[in-house]
Amino acid sequence: MIVVVDYGVNNLKSVVRALAAGGHTAALTTDPDEVRRADHVLLPGVGHFGQASRTLETTGLGAAVREAAVSGRPVMGICLGLQLFFATSSEATEARGLAILPGTVVHFDTGLPVPHVGWAQVDLTAPGGRHAMLARLFDGMPRFFYHVHSYHPTALRDDDVLGTGTYERVFPTLVGRDNVIGAQFHPEKSQRAGIELLDAFARWRP
Amino acid sequence: MLARRIIPCLDVAGGRVVKGVHFESLRDAGDPIEQAARYDAQGADELVFLDISASHEARQTTLDMVGRVAESIFIPFTVGGGIRAVADAGAALRAGADKIAVNTAAVRDPALVSRLAESFGTQCIVAAVDVKQTGGRLAVMVNGGREETPLEAIGWITRLQALGAGEILLTSMDRDGTGAGYDLPLLTAASAAVSIPVIASGGAGELAHLAEAFEAGAHGVLAATIFHFQGSTLPEARAYLRERGYPVRP
Repeated sequence: MIVVVDYGVNNLKSVVRALAAGGHTAALTTDPDEVRRADHVLLPGVGHFGQASRTLETTGLGAAVREAAVSGRPVMGICLGLQLFFATSSEATEARGLAILPGTVVHFDTGLPVPHVGWAQVDLTAPGGRHAMLARLFDGMPRFFYHVHSYHPTALRDDDVLGTGTYERVFPTLVGRDNVIGAQFHPEKSQRAGIELLDAFARWRP
Repeated sequence: MLARRIIPCLDVAGGRVVKGVHFESLRDAGDPIEQAARYDAQGADELVFLDISASHEARQTTLDMVGRVAESIFIPFTVGGGIRAVADAGAALRAGADKIAVNTAAVRDPALVSRLAESFGTQCIVAAVDVKQTGGRLAVMVNGGREETPLEAIGWITRLQALGAGEILLTSMDRDGTGAGYDLPLLTAASAAVSIPVIASGGAGELAHLAEAFEAGAHGVLAATIFHFQGSTLPEARAYLRERGYPVRP
C-alpha cells in the first residue's frame, strides 16, 4: 500500500491523482499507524518548514515517517516534504526536521527572482545515473519538472545528490540515499515526466 | 534553465469556453473540461482559466468547474475572474487552482495584491493587466475591457511587482483575437520594467508570433485563438520554437 501523509497541507489530492494516472492506488492518511503499515510512504508539502515540522511532531506522523525510512521501506518527499527530511532549514532556524538525510536547507542566494518558478531542466548526476529508480526514467537525457520554491537542499554528501537544476547556480533538486528519495519540484504538476517519476517510486524496491 | 512556457487560455462564460475579438463578438470554443484535458494531453506548460462572466451568482458554478478542470490535468493551473478578496482566492485554490489571477479588483484595491501575496505567497499571484492604446497612451482597462482607468500600463505593472505580484499576465486589447501578433513594443517595455515573469497575451495568430514574444522578453505566451480555432497544435508550436533555439519542453 502507498500512503500519502496528510498533515494539513494543500496539494495532496493531486499527488494521489498523479499516482493513479500511473496505475497506482494510494491512500491519504492522518494516522501514524497507517504510515507504519505502508509499503511506500510519500510526504508531500507546500508551506512553511517551521509550522510543518511542528505539525509532524505533534501528530506523531513525523516519527512514523522516520521509522519507515529507518526500516528500509521506500520513502519519498516532495518539495517541503523533502526539505523536512533534513534536520534544519534556514526558513525556521529554531525548528527541527526529521533528520533522515544529512545536509540542510537554504534560501536561494541569487539576484534572480525568488521564488524559482517554472519548468526547470533537471540533469542526473553520476550517482543519479546509477540510481535504480531514476536511471531508466531519464535514460541519459535531461527532463523538465515544475518547480515552485524559495529554498533548496544544500551541504549534502556528494553521493546523495541525484539530480540538479540550474538557477544562476547549480542546486540539488533530486536527492536521496538508500531507500529515501526526495524531489524539490512537484511531480504531480509535471505532466508525463512527473507521472512517470511517481510510477517509478511506486515500483521501487530498494 | 527554465523552459519558455506555452499557455493555452480558456475564457469561460456560461459554462463554455468562448473567444472573441477585442474582448467582444464571443464564439463558442467548446467544453472547458474537454479542452483542458486536451491541452494537457498535448503538453501545455500551464493552463489559464478566466471566468469572464464572473458574476457573484455564478461563483459556485465556477468553483465546481475549476475543481473538475483541476481533476483532469497535471500542470499548473491559474484561475481568474471575479476574485475580489482573500477568501475568493482561498476558495479557488482549495478547488484546485495553483495560482490566482486578479485584474479589476487589484486596480480598485491595490493592497489586495499584497494581502494575497502574504496569504498565499507571491508565486501564487498573477496580476492580469489589460492594455489599450488610447489617446497616445497605454491605458490600463478594467471590468472586462469596458472601463478605462487613468493608470499607465508600465507604471502600473511596476507597482504590481512592488505590491507582491509573482507574474504579470499582459493582454493587449488592441491585438486580442486579431491574430495580428502580440504588441511587441508593449511587451518589450513591460519586460524591461520588472524582474518578475511577463506573460504575453493578445494577438497570437501564427507560430512565428510566439517566437517574437519571447524575443521581446516574454517568459511565456498565452494563446487562445491560435489553438482553439486555427489548427495549430501545441506539439507543432514546441517543435517550431525548439528548431529556433528556444528552450521548450520536449
